[in-house]
Amino acid sequence: MIRLEKRPNPSRLWTALTPVLAVVLTMLVGGIMFALLGKPPLEAIRTIFWDPLFHPQFAGYSRPQLLVKAGPLILIAIGLSVGFRAGIWNIGAEGQYIMGAVCGAAVGLAFYPADTWLLFPLMAIAGALGGWAWAMIPAFLKTRFGTNEILVSLMLVYVAENILASASAGWLRNPEGMGFPGSRNFKQWASVYNDELVINTGMHWGVVAAFIAVIAAYVLMARHIQGFNIRLTGEAPRAARFSGVSPARIIFLCLGISGALAGMAGLFEVTGPAGQISIDFNSGYGFTAIIVAFLGRLNPFGILLAGLLMALTYIGGELAQLMLGLPGASIQLFQGMLLFFLLATDVFTNYRVRLTGREVA
Amino acid sequence: MDPVLLVASIMVSATPILLAAIGEMVVEKSGVLNLGVEGMMIVGAVMGFAIAVSSGSPVLGFLGAAIASAVFSLAFGLLTQYLLSNQVATGLGLTLVGLGLSALIGSNYEGQRAPSLAKLDIPGLGDIPTLGPMLFAHDFVVYLSLALVAAVWAFLKYTRAGLILRAVGEDHESAHALGYKVVRVRMMAIAFGGACAGLGGAYVSLVRVPQWTEGMTAGAGWIALAIVVFASWRPLGVLIGAYLFGGVTVIQLNLQAAGTTVPVELLSMSPYLITIIVLVIISARGAHGAPGSLGRPFHAAS
Repeated sequence: MIRLEKRPNPSRLWTALTPVLAVVLTMLVGGIMFALLGKPPLEAIRTIFWDPLFHPQFAGYSRPQLLVKAGPLILIAIGLSVGFRAGIWNIGAEGQYIMGAVCGAAVGLAFYPADTWLLFPLMAIAGALGGWAWAMIPAFLKTRFGTNEILVSLMLVYVAENILASASAGWLRNPEGMGFPGSRNFKQWASVYNDELVINTGMHWGVVAAFIAVIAAYVLMARHIQGFNIRLTGEAPRAARFSGVSPARIIFLCLGISGALAGMAGLFEVTGPAGQISIDFNSGYGFTAIIVAFLGRLNPFGILLAGLLMALTYIGGELAQLMLGLPGASIQLFQGMLLFFLLATDVFTNYRVRLTGREVA
Repeated sequence: MDPVLLVASIMVSATPILLAAIGEMVVEKSGVLNLGVEGMMIVGAVMGFAIAVSSGSPVLGFLGAAIASAVFSLAFGLLTQYLLSNQVATGLGLTLVGLGLSALIGSNYEGQRAPSLAKLDIPGLGDIPTLGPMLFAHDFVVYLSLALVAAVWAFLKYTRAGLILRAVGEDHESAHALGYKVVRVRMMAIAFGGACAGLGGAYVSLVRVPQWTEGMTAGAGWIALAIVVFASWRPLGVLIGAYLFGGVTVIQLNLQAAGTTVPVELLSMSPYLITIIVLVIISARGAHGAPGSLGRPFHAAS
C-alpha cells in the first residue's frame, strides 16, 4: 500500500525538482499527443524547445522574440506571485493588463503629436495606474463586503474586454484610419514608440521593467517586513492577525502591486510589439502568467526562468504551426498540461511517499 | 417584444448555467471548490458537438458530453483528492487545459451545423394558450435541468447519501472519524459536477448557438460559480440565480438587436457587471452558508 506522510517542512530539493519533472512529463505526454495527431513527436518537441533558439534559419528572427514574449509574462507573474503568497487569488490580470494598455494609450493619444521624451514615462505611469485602479475594485469589494476576489477579478476581465472593444472602435479610434477600428499606431510616433533598446535582442522597456520587478520582488519578499507580512498572511492567517498585520492592508497591497505591474505590461505591449489598441490586442498573457507564477514556484528568480520557458513554448508553438502544421491550440494545451503536471508532482514536495505492508486494522 | 418568446428564450439561455451551477453546488456541498467549471463546460461543448455531428444524434451528443466532462473532471479529482494539490490552482489549471483541449478538438468542426434537437411536444400542456408555447414547448434538456434541481434538492434533504455528502463537506475530519470515505464521496461529487457542466456546455454548442466556435462558453462557467455563491448553496437559489441571469442576458441581447442608444459594449458587459453587483449584495448581507470544509485539502492522518 502507498501512504503519504506529511513532511514537517516542504522539501527544498523537490521544490526545485518538480518544475523540471513537470517539463519532462509534459514533453512525454505532449509527444504522445503529437503522435496521435499524426505529427512526428520528436521533431515537434525539438521544433518547440530547440529550434527557436538554435535553428540556423529561423533562430535569427525568433531569438529576440523570446524576450518580447517573456517580458510581459514575467512582469505580470511577479505581481501575481506576491498575491498568491498571501492567499489572494487575483486571476483577472488579463483585465488589468487591458486597462493598463487602454489608460496609458489614452493619455498618450491625448497629447498627440507631442514630441517630448516626457510623454512615454507619463504613459507608463498612467498604464500602471489603470491596472492598479482595475485591481482596486476586487480589493475594495473584498475588504469592504467580503466579496470573493477570484470571481470579481475574473468578471472584470470580460468587462475590460468590452471597454477595449469600445475604445478601439470608438473613442480611441485613429481619426485618420479611414474608419477602420484600432487606434493610431505607436510605431509611427517616434517619441513614444517602445522600440528595442539594443538591436536584435527584443529588449524593450517592458523587459527592463520585468528584470527590475524580479529584483524588487526578491528584496520585498526576502528582506522587507511587508514581504514577511505577506508570507505570514498566506501561511498562517491567524498568526498574522494576532501579530497586528491588517488583512485589509495586505489585500490592497497585493492586488495593487499585481494590478500595477499587469497594467504596465499592457502599456509596454501596446506601445511596442502590438503597436496599437485593437479589439484583439490582448492575447491571454494575463492567464498564462498564472502558469508562469506557479511554475516559478512563486519565487522571483524561478519566475524569471519560467517566463523564459513559457515564452519559448509560444515561439516554438508558432514555429511548429508553420513548419509541421501543428494546430495553434495544441500549444495552449501544452501550457495547461505543464501546470497540471507541476501541481501533480508537487505532492513530493509536501509529502513523503511511503510503501507500507498491508495495514492491520 | 412578445412575452411568450421572451420567457421561452430566457429558459433556453438559463439552462446551460443552471446545469453547470447545480453540478458545482453538489461539488461544493461535498467540500470541494472546483474552479474548472469553465473548462469542463467547454470540453462538454466541443465533445457534444463533435459526437452529435458525427453521429447525427443530439441525444448521443449530450450523453457523450456528460461522460467526457465527467472523465475530464476526474483529472481534477485525482490531483486534489489523491495528490493533495491546491484546489484553486488545480481548478484554474483545469480551465486552461480545457480551453486548449477544446480548441484542438474543435478546429475540425468550425463552421459546421449541429443536428437540431427536437422540441418535446407535451400533449395537453402544450396546447394551453400562451402558457403552452411559453413553458411546455422546449427540448428535453430544459426539463432535465429543472428535474435535476428538484432531484438534487431531494437528494440533499431526504436521503442518507445526501446527508453523508453534506457531512463530508461540513467537517471532513468528523466524517472520516465516523467511517465515511471522504475521498470517495468527493470523487463522486466531482464527477457529477463534471457531467452537469458537460451537459451545460453541450447545450450551448448544440441548442443555444448552435455551432462550435473557440471559447464559446465565454465565462458561463465562472458565472455558474458565482451563482452558487449567490444561491448560498441552496438548489432553489441556484434555480433563481440562473433564471435571473438568463433574463439579463436575453434582455440585453434584445436591446442590442433593437438598436437602442445605449452603447453595445455596455450592454454586452452588463451580465458580468450584474454578477459582480449581486455577489457584492450577497456578501454584504453576510448570509454565507458555505460548507465548513470548502476548499480545504483532506489528508487522513490515520
